[in-house]
Amino acid sequence: MTARILLPTPLRPYAAHQSSVEVEAATVGDALKALVERHRELRRHLYDEDGKLRRFVNVFKNEEDVRHLGREATPLAPGDTLSIVPSIAGGNGAGAPPRPGARRPPAWATGEDGLPPLSQADLLRYSRHLILPEVGLAGQRKIKAASVLIVGAGGLGSPLALYLAAAGIGRLGIVDFDRVDESNLQRQVLHGTSSVGRPKLESAKARLADLNPGVTVDTYGERLTSENAFEVMRPYDVVVDGTDNFPTRYLVNDACVLLGKPNVYGSIFRFEGQASVFDARVGPCYRCLYPDPPPPGLVPSCAEGGVLGVLPGVIGVIQAIETLKIILGVGETLVGRLVLFDALAMRFRELTLRKDPECPLCGTHRTVTKLIDYEEFCGLGPGSAAAHAEDGLEISARELAQKRERGDDFVLIDVREPQEFEIARIPGAILIPLNSLPERMSELDSSREIVLQCHVGQRSMRALEMLHRAGFRKLKNLRGGIEAWSRDVDPTVPRY
Amino acid sequence: MTLVMTVRESERIMAHLCRAYPEEGCGVLLGHDGAGAREVVGIIALENRREESRHNRYLIAPEQFLSADRTARAAGLDVIGFFHSHPDHPAKPSAFDLQHAWPYYSYMIVNVTRGTAGELRSFRLADDRSGFEEEKVELREVDRDRPGAADRLGAPGDRG
Repeated sequence: MTARILLPTPLRPYAAHQSSVEVEAATVGDALKALVERHRELRRHLYDEDGKLRRFVNVFKNEEDVRHLGREATPLAPGDTLSIVPSIAGGNGAGAPPRPGARRPPAWATGEDGLPPLSQADLLRYSRHLILPEVGLAGQRKIKAASVLIVGAGGLGSPLALYLAAAGIGRLGIVDFDRVDESNLQRQVLHGTSSVGRPKLESAKARLADLNPGVTVDTYGERLTSENAFEVMRPYDVVVDGTDNFPTRYLVNDACVLLGKPNVYGSIFRFEGQASVFDARVGPCYRCLYPDPPPPGLVPSCAEGGVLGVLPGVIGVIQAIETLKIILGVGETLVGRLVLFDALAMRFRELTLRKDPECPLCGTHRTVTKLIDYEEFCGLGPGSAAAHAEDGLEISARELAQKRERGDDFVLIDVREPQEFEIARIPGAILIPLNSLPERMSELDSSREIVLQCHVGQRSMRALEMLHRAGFRKLKNLRGGIEAWSRDVDPTVPRY
Repeated sequence: MTLVMTVRESERIMAHLCRAYPEEGCGVLLGHDGAGAREVVGIIALENRREESRHNRYLIAPEQFLSADRTARAAGLDVIGFFHSHPDHPAKPSAFDLQHAWPYYSYMIVNVTRGTAGELRSFRLADDRSGFEEEKVELREVDRDRPGAADRLGAPGDRG
């Protein structure tokens, strides 16, 4: 009977490079013997020293393994095709049981080395991090082990919280006591329309839980103060400054220096932003850069001066990147460097910052060794804005309305910018933008009572102080500005 | 003797073998055996068919081989060798590997220590079965002008 034997590639060189050989045989065993008779070099590959077919040599008759038929005694019929099919085996030579621990899952899965373990779900979620050599399993576990405090859940806090949660920071703390206002939504992408009126912490927590349920979010619904700052900040590895006011910014800086923590700084105004990393252990602190706060009212807040909604995205994301670099210990952080971003020019500039040996907080002669009263430090304490109300220098929107109804003699000066005046104005107000007030003071009659007004009351307070220094005495500041007027007196005046 | 492959394929091999840890993992090398160097164009990761001692033994069953062979032919390639891991053991052929080796094929061995891939080496059986001869493994960057093996074999790619 003639049978055809198909040879796999590795055996062909030993059979005159043929892919098949025809032999006369009645059984499978005979056919193979006939094959190695004709091509003797094949023998050692098919048979072992004892003349037995090697275990990894499999013979199929047509489509079936002869082990399921009659093995080597399987009879052959005319036209049958035999195929020699390799099975491939091997393994390490030890032949010994696995060494102790080898069957144990690796440390990254158990966390036995002290860093938190990663789950299968973590591996999928962070796979784009894991394949970066600079992150990898070890780096992702550092991120998971890390805790970061974000001060402020506003413009900067939004991208910060979103990206840091997405990156897998194990514990995120957020400090904010504010509620979501419609005017926040233009830039504070952590919150949505459905959250208007709710505490920012509530909407932040819901959004972050959906984004990454693996992140623990601690919320602090209170103002950060000299009394609670240490307690709030102490549990965190890195503090990120997303504040919008100077007292809190100095407080965050001072507490970080005193606690020995890195402070990832960012600030925004109109079309420009700044970012740096202040770490007094290795570089300058915020006070080395700005030893004194600006006079109150000189630097308007975003509510006063406006801000391009996308700008905090750029600065907040720079802060988030710096935070991750600090945690991972990779790259060059912004320690000793201040990045200045100008969105209109679309330019980044960089200033070198040096540690100030005279810095009262981190210099050689330290005079600030504990947290102080930052409202007072920033000129907002007794004797300034807060005190003005008590001094009778402030007037509420309702009082102003009553004053009008009574027909009192006074002039209302709006110190905002023309484009704000265009959006909304209090009827009868005269526009004198704050920066043109010094040269236009002569237009004012010091014998008449002057009520100063701006958007929320900050710039007008500054104007009031300017006029007071110039000798004006019959002055009042509209508390809460046109915002309060619209809210409490005339809702037809648009709010912005 | 040289075995050429892309870094990408070597990483796919290592990834599969790390997943198999602490057991031995295995698979098939597909490619061309040209006049010059032998080239790996694709790989097929396989399940270790050993029923016991999988920490130090692997088995590619004949039906797995046949299936891989069909896949290779459909893509215009050949089975040119196999890869397997030595968990917590050096990447060199054991006596057991030698007993079970076929001529011609490239036997690639990767050391995997504590779940992390280490050395990758490749060997071919000497004609007289006396031992293995090491072949040089040359890793190349991905050739952008040619479709990747994964595309040719219809494997799911990373669209990230």
